[in-house]
Amino acid sequence: MITKRIVPCLDVKDGRVVKGIQFVELRDAGDPVELAKIYDEQGADELVFLDISASHEGRKTMAEVVQDVASQLAIPFTVGGGINSLEDMKRILRAGADKVSLNTAAVLDPELITIGADYFGTQCIVLAIDAKRDEELDSWRVYTHGGRQATGREVISWAKEAVERGAGEILLTSMDSDGEKRGFDLALTKAVSEAVSVPVIASGGAGEAKHFFEVFTEGSADAALAASIFHYKETSVSEVKNYLKDRGVNVR
Amino acid sequence: MIGIVDYGMGNLFSVSKALERIGVPYIISESPEELNETKGLILPGVGSFKDAMALLKEKKLDEFLYAYVDSGRPLLGICLGMQLLFQESEENGRTQGLGLLRGRVVRIPADSGDKVKVPHMGWNQLAFHQQSPVLHRVEEGFVYFVHSYYVEGIDREALLASTVYSVEIPAVVGKNNVFGMQFHPEKSSRVGMQLLTNFAKAMEQSGAIL
Repeated sequence: MITKRIVPCLDVKDGRVVKGIQFVELRDAGDPVELAKIYDEQGADELVFLDISASHEGRKTMAEVVQDVASQLAIPFTVGGGINSLEDMKRILRAGADKVSLNTAAVLDPELITIGADYFGTQCIVLAIDAKRDEELDSWRVYTHGGRQATGREVISWAKEAVERGAGEILLTSMDSDGEKRGFDLALTKAVSEAVSVPVIASGGAGEAKHFFEVFTEGSADAALAASIFHYKETSVSEVKNYLKDRGVNVR
Repeated sequence: MIGIVDYGMGNLFSVSKALERIGVPYIISESPEELNETKGLILPGVGSFKDAMALLKEKKLDEFLYAYVDSGRPLLGICLGMQLLFQESEENGRTQGLGLLRGRVVRIPADSGDKVKVPHMGWNQLAFHQQSPVLHRVEEGFVYFVHSYYVEGIDREALLASTVYSVEIPAVVGKNNVFGMQFHPEKSSRVGMQLLTNFAKAMEQSGAIL
């Protein structure tokens, strides 16, 4: 059977990987290609690059980064951040990315998912959802613009709609858990994973190997993403995988 | 020199980059004349079977591929490119394939007991069925799959390796000089690189002229 995937995520600004502490105090953390190679050697199953450049120039640099990564890496990778049109998707996929991740742009114009899936196939289109618990709603609400803006949408129904429109995967970030390092949001991950027929990548909250075990078992996730615990070398991809293997989770 | 067949349906970039990494020279072309100057061919492919066959026929690449295979030089189909080697597919209505190998392409059953997600996407493990130069020094390791259809009814002697995803899925196929890989070797880390290296070696040893 298919393995559970461990997916390190790299934030890229103007062509360099940056590390932030609670989204502020960004500092340079190196060359994306070099870091990607290290994660590949550790056994990462896939990588996600998130372009957090604010400028047009920065975005152009991202296409070059994608090309460099693609020429040196033999594992799949996804690029997200600032992808607003079919042209943007073409630019990134032609540069060598395997998948593009849509977030805010897809909420503003859900047709973008359909257009992308028709053009490149559903396997190329990842829908990223930033989700936050809403007690009144007794569910989770979709946020956009890097989590700064609430929308009226409910997470489960949005995930279902996106899959009907052609999203091949859901990258699900829990805003409640993100940065807390107390584990993934298991209830959210399970709810979305059971509602859709495509793989769900859980994100937000990874603090130790145990959290990956929980999200793969209790949370029914197909893949789990983490950034800071790998960047800060609190653990490595291989350590997490050994932990999972010992507990009977099928990993590569 | 390997020729990558460019018929408008492939992820040519990642295949060509993988060949660069293992030091195998290549050309990318849609011209039968140019492709005929090579010692081996890769037929990539992402997308629908029907569109792919229509494009191959439109560019007269189907006839070229038959002649190429008759010349004894090796051909490797990757992902959809592997499926095209078979007799027919049920994707978007029945479409005839190249028929170089026996078997038909059908959808992965989604409802056999456990909840199985389609497409089959991610890393899955190879199990070998028989020896082949393509599998030389390759471990029964994990490779990266992305597909919704698989080959059913393959001749057992053409099945080199398989994986399991609710059903047995032919993963590496090969008969004489025609080979196919259902997964993406160019995205399959070390195992994938070894498989591509082996194909390139098989090509050098095939003894064909050019």
